[in-house]
Amino acid sequence: MSDVAERVKKIIVDQLGVEEADVKDDSNFIDDLGADSLDTVELVMAFEEEFGLEIPDEEAEKITTVKIAIEHIQKALNG
Amino acid sequence: MSHRIVVTGLGTVSPCGNRVDQTWDNIRNGRSGIATITKFDASTYTTQIAGEVKGFDPADFIDKKEIKKMDVFIHYALAATKEAMEDAKLTISEDFAEEVGVSIGVGIGGLPNIEYYAGVLKERGPSKITPFFIPMTISNMASGYVSIEFGAKGYNATTTSACSSANHSIGDAARIIERGDAKVMIVGGTESTICGMAIGGFGAMKALSRRNDSPETASRPYDQGRDGFVLAEGCGILILEEYEFAKARGAKMYGELVGYGFSSDAYHITSPTTDGPARAMKMALKDAKLDPSEVDYINAHGTSTPAGDINELKAIKLTLGEENAKKVSISSSKSMTGHLLGAAGGLEAVITLKAMQEGIVPPTINLESPDPECDLDVTPNHAKKREIKVAMSNSFGFGGTNATLVFRKI
Repeated sequence: MSDVAERVKKIIVDQLGVEEADVKDDSNFIDDLGADSLDTVELVMAFEEEFGLEIPDEEAEKITTVKIAIEHIQKALNG
Repeated sequence: MSHRIVVTGLGTVSPCGNRVDQTWDNIRNGRSGIATITKFDASTYTTQIAGEVKGFDPADFIDKKEIKKMDVFIHYALAATKEAMEDAKLTISEDFAEEVGVSIGVGIGGLPNIEYYAGVLKERGPSKITPFFIPMTISNMASGYVSIEFGAKGYNATTTSACSSANHSIGDAARIIERGDAKVMIVGGTESTICGMAIGGFGAMKALSRRNDSPETASRPYDQGRDGFVLAEGCGILILEEYEFAKARGAKMYGELVGYGFSSDAYHITSPTTDGPARAMKMALKDAKLDPSEVDYINAHGTSTPAGDINELKAIKLTLGEENAKKVSISSSKSMTGHLLGAAGGLEAVITLKAMQEGIVPPTINLESPDPECDLDVTPNHAKKREIKVAMSNSFGFGGTNATLVFRKI
C-alpha cells in the first residue's frame, strides 16, 4: 500500500463520511460509497488540495473509483 | 370554506437556550443571552457583542457528512424542527405526506459562507469554490432540507421580508391551510448571520448597540439609554395544523392562529411610519374577528432602536385606542434574545404561545430609566402573571414591511 493510496483513502473517509473498511480499491464513489454528483466534485477538489495538483474537469469526470483516483494521482505526481 | 388553524408543536434554538423549555425558563426569568462575539474576531468593529447560540452541536441532529454542506441557519432549522415535530408527536406518513408543507422564513441566508467564499474566490480563484456553496447559502434551503429530512411532500418555499420574514411565513402558511391546500405546515424562521459582513453592514447603518462593555444590558427597548439593536441568531419553528386534522389525531394545542395582518409603509427603506404597523395590527384583529379590548398581550417588535420602539407603541395606541392600549401587557423579548432578524417572529411566536400556556407575561429587561414617551405597560424587568386569552405578535422589516399574528387560547 503506497503512501498516496493511504492519503487518498483517508480523504474519501473524511469527505464521504464512510468507514475505512468500506473503502476498497474497486469501490465506486457513487454506487458503493453513497456519494452524489456534487460530492464527487468536492472529492476531487480535496485530492487537488492534498496533493497540490490541478485536475482538469475532463480528467476529473473519469475519476469514479478509488483505484482510478490513486492511479491518476500517482501518475500526475510522477509527472 | 375557511379552515381553523392550531399550533401543535414548538421548537427553538436561541441565544437563551437550545430547546423551548430552556429558552422559556430564561425568558420568563429575565436572563439575557447577549455576550461578546466569539464566532469571529470582532475587536476592530464598533460593535463587538451579539446574541450567539451557545453549545450547539449540529452532529446531534445531522449526519456528519452533511453538516459541512449547510450554512448554520440550516442546522438550526433542522434542530428546531426536530424538537417541534417531537413536541407535536407528529410523524409524516405516506398517506398524508403531500398535505404537509414547509415554509421557513429567512431574512438573509448563508451570509457567513458568502463572506468566506468571496475571500476564496478573490485569493484562490473560482476552481476553489465548493460545489455546495450555492445550496449551503440560498435562503429557501432551510425549507428544502426540512422537507427532505421529514418527508414533507407539499408546499416547499421560503418567505423573505427582512425582520418580518418569519411572521409572513407563519401567516401565509396559515392561508395555505385555510384554503385547503395543506393539513400541516412547518413554519417559522431561521437565521445565522453573525459574521463580519453583518456586524459591519448593520454597523455602518448605525443600527447596532455599541454597549460592548456590558453585553447583557445592551438590548434595552424603551429605555432612554438604548442605542440600537443587538444582532442575534437562532430559529423558531411552529407546527401549524388544520383543527380537525389535529383533533382527530389527539394532538395537544397551544393555541389557535386566528389573525394575520400585513401592510407596507410605502415610505422609506428603514424609517418606519406609525400608520403602517397600525394597519397591519388592525387587519390582524379584523381577520381574527376580535375587538381591540380583547387583546391581553402583545409581543412587540421592540428592537431597542431610538426611533422604532416608541413608534410601535404609538401604533399600538392607534390600533387599540388609548384606553385599551393602557390595559394591554406589552413586552419585548428582544431585550433578552437580541434581534434574530428573519427568525425573530418564529422565536417570538414560540415565546408568545408559552406565555399564553403558562399565563405569564415575559418581561422587558434593562428598563432602568424609561423613555418619557413610553406610556404603556411594557412589563418592566420582571415577568408577571396574567391570563392571556388573546395575544398578538408584531414583526416589522426593512423595506417598510409589517406583519402581525394573533393567537387565541383554545
